[in-house]
Amino acid sequence: MDVRKSWLLASIMALVLTVACGGGSEAPAEPESAAPAATAVDEATAGNITGTVVLEGTPPEAETIRMNADPVCTQEAGDNTATEYYVVGEDGSLNNVFVYVKEGLGNRSFPAPSDPVVLDQNGCRYTPHVFGIQVGQTLTVSNGDPTLHNIHAMPANNTEFNTGQPIEGMTYDTSFENVEVMVPFKCDVHGWMNAYVGVLDHPYYGVSSNGGGFALNTLPPGDYTIEAWHEMLGTQTQNVTVGENETVEVSFTFTVS
Amino acid sequence: MASLHRFTLFVAASTLLLITAGALVTSTDSGLAVPDWPNTYGYFMFSFPLSKMVGGILYEHGHRLLASTVGILMIGLAVWFSRVDDRRWVRYLAWVALGAVVLQGTLGGVTVLYFLPTPISVAHAGLAQLVFCLTVALALFTSQSWRTGTAAPNADRILARLTIGTVALVYAQVLVGATMRHSGAGLAIPDFPLAFGHLVPPEWSWPVAIHFGHRIGAVLVTLAVVATAGYMLVYHQHRLELRRLAWLLLGLVTIQFTLGALTVLSERQVGINTAHVATGAALLATAVLLALLVHRHRFTDVSLSNASVALPATPSVGVVR
Repeated sequence: MDVRKSWLLASIMALVLTVACGGGSEAPAEPESAAPAATAVDEATAGNITGTVVLEGTPPEAETIRMNADPVCTQEAGDNTATEYYVVGEDGSLNNVFVYVKEGLGNRSFPAPSDPVVLDQNGCRYTPHVFGIQVGQTLTVSNGDPTLHNIHAMPANNTEFNTGQPIEGMTYDTSFENVEVMVPFKCDVHGWMNAYVGVLDHPYYGVSSNGGGFALNTLPPGDYTIEAWHEMLGTQTQNVTVGENETVEVSFTFTVS
Repeated sequence: MASLHRFTLFVAASTLLLITAGALVTSTDSGLAVPDWPNTYGYFMFSFPLSKMVGGILYEHGHRLLASTVGILMIGLAVWFSRVDDRRWVRYLAWVALGAVVLQGTLGGVTVLYFLPTPISVAHAGLAQLVFCLTVALALFTSQSWRTGTAAPNADRILARLTIGTVALVYAQVLVGATMRHSGAGLAIPDFPLAFGHLVPPEWSWPVAIHFGHRIGAVLVTLAVVATAGYMLVYHQHRLELRRLAWLLLGLVTIQFTLGALTVLSERQVGINTAHVATGAALLATAVLLALLVHRHRFTDVSLSNASVALPATPSVGVVR
């Protein structure tokens, strides 16, 4: 083998070793907080929107998730292995519906809360399954499982990220820079794990929970478009007028055939 | 040379296994189960604990380990060819194969770091097939029958064009299939053999178009294979090596067509979906082998020049020593 070939071989081996041994590092994106001046809401005149979400029809029965791809998940999940596509109460109330003010707040701006929103991975499930957050607010993703997870956010209007948490107790802080309803999350290690976050530039959102109830409190009086989003059933909107100190009842009814 | 031939066959088989493992990654949607690269969850690739290879990590990290092994085998192959083979063009081809594997590994890493962009993932899939064909070709070039020039010269232009056309069609079909797979269009048309109950989809979108294009491609590939194999079996049935490959080609295209249909009907069942990719690779490699054998007279190498085989009058356009 001549000298030129020796160099070629050495270069290729160096490249292979670099590829195999190189280190990778990821740093969570720091939110740029150039927030506009906040608009104070006069609590003395503010109103509320409360309501319920109901499902008509019989949804498909929840399926049992087979978690045997990871024995730790089988152990940690216990009996909590049902899919969460339709979480319906005996009275037909529908949970995990994200309800929010879509239009009507005008040019008002609202500072991002300093408290983080926590998305936990426990029993190889995301908790909560559906939640909301404000632009610039810290999202803390924590791994409560003694196994590996990757947190893969797949936004259309924000920066996609995919980061690993190989050790129990690890946390990862991030934030979103743009409004987006909804940003899906998934774990590519455990394909059944998914969650959704609604990112808004205001605090008027909620998720229907036990009894299908939700509440959007301390709203300035005005005309609003309220949207309800469900992962399988899509969206519905309603126009609502909130008067001074008024609490308006709104109900959404989704139908499944 | 016999040892090198056996080793090349082993590398080719390993490459097919690697393609199958890659198909398993996409079939199980595990491409991003390991978010970092070249490390695995911060571990040096080869020190990642086996106990942590769970869920999608098993497929993705397993694919990486296998890819690294094939990369090392390819280094050995290129060095071995450099030291043993007396044909310069074959030695170059071995180094090209190694370069392709290095590029392939890089594409695999880049596609993970950028969240599986379709063009990169398709390039990764397309180059994998080329690497496999290169290893299969190298195995052929080191075979006894090739080196001693026992293959009869062939001046049948129709057969020559049919075999080249078949290779081109199968590879184009592989690329369309990879685009469909990596853009998530595998079930864009959920029924089979019809499309939304019609012969032609009543509504079009990009996923529907790429999916329907793959179905049209399947028909074209099948016709090309039937034409090539049929022609060979009718006009060249005395050539045993071609006849065998013709039957193999017919068998593979039948299996491949069936697997494609079953992939849709089973809603992309993992085993079927994976087998569809592996059989596609075998089909392409077989078509390449056939084309090389049919065009055997265009290659000039040492053993052939020493053998008492009369070359055709047509000028050699192949690589020369």
